[in-house]
Amino acid sequence: MTDAGLADVLFDVRLVVNGIVHTVAVPARRLLSDCLRHDLRLTGTHVGCEHGVCGACTVLVDGVATRSCLMLTVSADNAEITTVEGLTEPDGTLSPVQQAFADCHGLQCGFCTPGFLTTITAALADIPDPTHDEAREIIGGNLCRCTGYQNIVKAVLRAAELRRQLS
Amino acid sequence: MKPSSFGYSRPESVAEAIQILASIGPDGKVLAGGQSLVPLLNMRLAAPTHLVDINRLSELAFISVADGQVTVGATARHTDVLRDPVAAAAQPLLRKALSLVAHPVIRNRGTTVGSIVHADPSGEMTAVLALLGGSVRLASTSGQRCVTANEFFLGPLESDVRPDELATEASFPVLPPSAGCAFAEVSRRHGDYAVCGVAALVEIDEDGLVARARAAYLSVAGTPLMLDLTEACGDVGGDLEQAYFAEAGRLAMSQLRPADDIHATASYRRHLAGVLTERALYEAYQQARGRAHD
Repeated sequence: MTDAGLADVLFDVRLVVNGIVHTVAVPARRLLSDCLRHDLRLTGTHVGCEHGVCGACTVLVDGVATRSCLMLTVSADNAEITTVEGLTEPDGTLSPVQQAFADCHGLQCGFCTPGFLTTITAALADIPDPTHDEAREIIGGNLCRCTGYQNIVKAVLRAAELRRQLS
Repeated sequence: MKPSSFGYSRPESVAEAIQILASIGPDGKVLAGGQSLVPLLNMRLAAPTHLVDINRLSELAFISVADGQVTVGATARHTDVLRDPVAAAAQPLLRKALSLVAHPVIRNRGTTVGSIVHADPSGEMTAVLALLGGSVRLASTSGQRCVTANEFFLGPLESDVRPDELATEASFPVLPPSAGCAFAEVSRRHGDYAVCGVAALVEIDEDGLVARARAAYLSVAGTPLMLDLTEACGDVGGDLEQAYFAEAGRLAMSQLRPADDIHATASYRRHLAGVLTERALYEAYQQARGRAHD
């Protein structure tokens, strides 16, 4: 990793990812998306556009849905991060949002799905009973090229139902 | 699509941040929410030699309402400002405009002060600052200064922040009791940059006549453009219809010189400016009437 012949200075960064503490030594320019995928080998987080438009790389940083391609790893020092791998229960049970995607055919190729799942998981914590319009607003910043979105909107509403049944 | 190398500092206080900015020279850059800066780094359209990450400056995470101003600190996220009920009551235009800034996930990280310093001519919050006659406070090792909106925006992506300065807060005057405000824009897709947008402010007098009508425009000029449209609002009171503001829309169209680009032709933008001016002034007028009757 050299640029203009200069070696990057490395920074020690502590991340708690899906409950597990990791310490990585990364250059300041390492995007959080690349750290998750390349340094931690958590390849569930997908990288689409790498400039904040597609939403595929969305993860939860201290519970807040955030574009991991628009955040430096060093900025996330000591943060608690949840990736799509962290949504599933330890015994493999799917989370309400994941189950709703399966039930409603909310995915086809699956590339965009990790970003939708994390975005919707965070949004339903704020809006537990969204209207149809609110469901559309929740996913407004995520691109999907397969489904035409209708089944994803259904999945948002179904996930809200499943969450309410659990609580 | 990866940033080039840069040095990195993460100060814990404003005092430390401005010390670092003073020492790193003109190629340093402040990193706040990064929702505009990091795409520029990723695409290598910007290559600063040193980033000063202000995200740990919790002393700047405030939103306050005092002395007729809503003041937003440099690390307050768009979402924090959008959800602040006291700020929304004091200046409703903040919430109206912020709900049109990109998408919720971008607003979770992006900062209101950062978007103003970025000075994108398509940015909603730059137009809000210009319309309301707000100001930005800048700090450096040589002291502090306060710059008003009409002097702050110098050109596209260029604001009056010197390399050694940190924008610490932006202040927006509260909405007067006899005034109303509105924000209207058209974008290709929900959450995209607006092809044209209008922020409007209408004040009415005790007889219900329009005493003052102003509008600020995004995406039609290199800096947020503010027009006083009061002269196009005749001395008619009572329950006005939207068509009353058509003359103001025509006046705005005659004064704007937008450019063509891949998103829209200049004439389409002018057309939108006219329609959106009429719509936004009418909505602002209705709010002013509602507030006057309360």
